[in-house]
Order: sequence, then C-alpha cells, then structure tokens
Amino acid sequence: MSTHPLLEEEGAGTPAAGSEPTRSAEANLSPPTKLSGPIPWVIAILIALVVIAAAGGLSLRNLAENARADLADAVTVQIIEADPNERDIQAEAASSALSAHPLVTSVRQVPQDELEELLKPWLGEGAASDNVPIPALIDVELSRRASAEELAALQSVLDGALEPLGGGARVDAQSQWLRPVYDALSALQYLALALIILVSMATAAAVWLASRSAFANHRETVEIIHLLGGTDAQVTRVFERPVIREAAFGAFIGLVIGLAAVWLLGRQFASLDSGMVGGGGLDLSDWLIIAAIPVAGVLLAVITGRITIGHALKSML
Amino acid sequence: MGFPRLLTADKSPVMDARPAEIVKFDNVGLRYGTDPEVLSDVSFTLFPGSFYFLTGASGAGKTSLLKLLYLAQRPSRGSIRMFGKDVITSPRSSLPDFRRRLGVVFQNFRLVQHLSAFDNVALPLRLAGTDETKVQRSVTDMMEWVGLSHRMQALPQTMSGGEQQRVAIARAVIARPQVLIADEPTGNVDPEMALKLLRLFEALNNRVGTTVIVATHDVHLLKKVPESLIMRLNKGRLSDPTGALRYPPAPKPKPKTQKAGASK
Repeated sequence: MSTHPLLEEEGAGTPAAGSEPTRSAEANLSPPTKLSGPIPWVIAILIALVVIAAAGGLSLRNLAENARADLADAVTVQIIEADPNERDIQAEAASSALSAHPLVTSVRQVPQDELEELLKPWLGEGAASDNVPIPALIDVELSRRASAEELAALQSVLDGALEPLGGGARVDAQSQWLRPVYDALSALQYLALALIILVSMATAAAVWLASRSAFANHRETVEIIHLLGGTDAQVTRVFERPVIREAAFGAFIGLVIGLAAVWLLGRQFASLDSGMVGGGGLDLSDWLIIAAIPVAGVLLAVITGRITIGHALKSML
Repeated sequence: MGFPRLLTADKSPVMDARPAEIVKFDNVGLRYGTDPEVLSDVSFTLFPGSFYFLTGASGAGKTSLLKLLYLAQRPSRGSIRMFGKDVITSPRSSLPDFRRRLGVVFQNFRLVQHLSAFDNVALPLRLAGTDETKVQRSVTDMMEWVGLSHRMQALPQTMSGGEQQRVAIARAVIARPQVLIADEPTGNVDPEMALKLLRLFEALNNRVGTTVIVATHDVHLLKKVPESLIMRLNKGRLSDPTGALRYPPAPKPKPKTQKAGASK
C-alpha cells in the first residue's frame, strides 16, 4: 500500500484554528437555488408596489408644494354688484386702492370675456347673457404670503374705498379655499407612506418565511457544516447568498414593473393637461429615491434573512 | 508501547502544548427527553496518539457516545473536557475550534448531497480557511489514494455505498485531525478496502499522532490493530477489557510478529 502524501507533508493538514475561509470557498457550499420559486416573484410584486406608492407619494408632495408656492402669495377680490356699470366703477376703485397697498405687487382685473369663458362649462351660453349677473374678479399678487391679520387689513382698505360708492368686496385667499385640497393631498401622501411601510413589512415576512423554509430544507447540510467546524457566521453567509440572489432578482423585476406603471400613469395624467397636475412631476432627487428602493429591498431581505438564520442556528448545538 | 512512542512521533506544531489527556469524560449521562438514560456514569480518558476500539452490541449506546465526542450532543449530566478545556461550560462560539480538531466518519456518511465528492472532501479545509491551491492538491491526492480519482465530480447520490464511505473517510482525515472518530467506518466496503482504510487510520495514528477511536461490532477488525485499546459498552455503561480507561493505560499486547520472534 502506498503512503498517502498527507502523512508525509508537514502543514498539509489542519489549518490554524480560528482562520476563516475565502468568500469564494464559501460560495461552493451554497445550496443550489433556482429562481423559479415564488419568493423572487413575491418580492418583485412588493417592490413594484413600493415603487408605485413612492412615486405617487413624491408626485403628490411636489404637486402640493408647487400649488402652495403658486397660490400662497395671491388673493382674489370679488365685487358682487348686479349693475354692470356700478360693478365696473367699484372694480376700478378697488384696483386703485389695492395698487396703493404696500403688500400688493400687481393687480389684474379679470376681463369679462375671460370670466364668461370660465363659467361657460357650468352656465353654457347663458354666461354671456346680461340676465346672469357675474361678479367682477381681481387677481392680486402679493409680495409674500399674507397672514390672517394682513388679509383683514386688506379687506378694511377695500371696505373703505367702496363704502362711499355703496358697494362692497370680498377678499379670498386662494390658499384658504384650496385648504381641503391640500389636506386631501397630505392624506394621500400619508397613505402612500403607510403603504410603503406595510409592503416593507410584507417583504420582510416573505423573506423570513423563505429563509426559515430554506433553513429547514437544508438543516442536514447546516448540521454537517457545523460538525466539520463551520461557524455560525459561515453558515449564515452560505445561506444569505441565495437570499441576496433571489431578492436582487425580485427587486430588479419589481423596479422594472413599478417604473413601467409609473410611466403609464404619468402619461395618463400628462394628457389631462391640467395646470395643477402638471406640478406633480418627479425631479432627479425623486428618481434617485425610487432607484434606491430595490437596493433598500435587498438590504431588508439580507437583514431579515440574517436574523432569521441566526435565531435558527442558536437552537442548534 | 503505543503511548510514549506516539508522543515522540508527533510532529504537529498544534500538538506541542497538548495536555496529557486529550479527552476526559467524567460521570457522563445522556438521556433523550424523558426516556431512560442511554448512557450512564460514563467515565474515561483518551490519551494523545492512542488507538481505541469502541465495541458493543447494537443499541449499547456507541453512536450516542460518539455524538458526545464529536459535539453533536450535550450530555444530560457529567463533564467533558477536550484539549484541556471544559466543553460543557465553553461558549457556543468556541465549539468550531474544538470541532476543527476532530475528524468524524459518520455512520450514515452524512455527505452534503449538493456537493461533489471532491467538494465534500474539501469541506473541512475550506471551512478552516486553507489556501485553495493547497485544498486542490491535498484533496486530489486524497481522492486518488482512496481510489476515487475518477469520481471526483460525482454527486453522492450517484455513488455506491462503498464509494460514499470512502469519501466520508477522506473528508474525516483530510485536515489531519488530532482526534479521529469513526462510526462503523468499514461497514460498507470490501475487506481489501476495509484493511486499506484501517491502515490509513493506523498511519495517521503512528505518524501524525492522531488519536483514533473506531466504533465497530466487527470483532475481526479488532485483531487487525493489535496495539489498540478496547472500550466496551453494554446497555449504556462502559467496561474496560484492555485497561484503556486506566491511567496510565495498560501496556498494549505485542504484535504477533514480535511474539513469533521471541519464541525462537
């Protein structure tokens, strides 16, 4: 019988205790996994939902901020007077009084035909009839957002100017009558955030179940690796490889699906050609946040997988 | 004389500061759940470089005792010391260091099914962080030696029982362990291969100083290693027919060839 070289060579055998294998060596230990299981697809769906919710939330935030910026420093003055001649006189007087106010930067009396055009969808051709009295509207741009006290002062100025003419005017801060819209937008943003949190929790739960299942299926392998001197960290790394692979695949597919949905929704809203909706576009920082979602998804999966496997290992000797 | 000879034969740097006893069981008992004890009051000491056979009828507790030895099981009572340290009170994180100094041939081989024969044999080296070029060379040589160089890339499920057993033995000895624990290691191989494997264990024992403990109920195997010490389990209790458990151990019987020479 020949003597095995292992018995002749010094240093061919037991390596130093406590040393760690290379990552490529650990890769050889990974159990075989196929991407045909349900988990990558579950992750893909969840990531797609997060992408859509995040894009929606960011879009609503931009929309609300743009609308606020446009309307915060503007007020509308209404002069309600049935007699068209009186109405014009009062409107002129109001415009003059407003122009002299230090807070006001510009005053524009909305032309009659523009008003009729605005009302046509509701009143039809009757909007142009003299039988339907239409209030005069004055768009007023302010140098900054006015406080409630400053709006009250503006109202007093108008009252003082129009009282000798026997008329009156009403000041409407556009931000106030749009407040319910802002509140609704805020609620939708919170809804998007809640959806993101819920879907993240669902992703963690899916990975937890998948990790537990993978661990149970490969318990024999784990025991063997342990009995041959493998550490918990090595076993964890071996098992997190397929988790990372599946999560990365699912996250990429989810991102593609989510972006496709966002693009389609964007096109639909863009076709509305509404000034308000136009303010809901996404800028570069928003796209970066959306691009970070799959990365965060993979990180979440890795952390969840690591914790799950760590707990399972502690139950073994 | 096996014991002193093996101490001087040992050249492993890991063994330089080794204790006089490599494994010590003291009043160890083991029960599974609330069942009666499968091992009771087991006390023995294994010395570096000795060769032990563990015998006993089926169900005597051989595999349970080996499980305690290769740290797959905690005892219900008693204490176990290995390499001079108390295993029971050692933190769980220190167990891999103990295990890397053990080589185990499991009764049912326990090969990793998704790894090739080569990768199974390489497993202890890779887990211990051995350089990959050394891994390739050592494993290739070992596979050749156990006659499986043509089956290196075969998966365990495509191999015969004998082939799997040879892979399991190659995996157990590849890292040149300080203690080799083998549970019925020759059960599935032909007599020629059984003898060859036994000679490998002996060579590891003689040249490297590996302490070997082989569980078997094959009495013919016991005769093949005349210098071995025998521990016998009977209904979970250990007896000591060759004085293996005594300290210092009983002198081992001289080989037959020497006896023949002495009679002339």
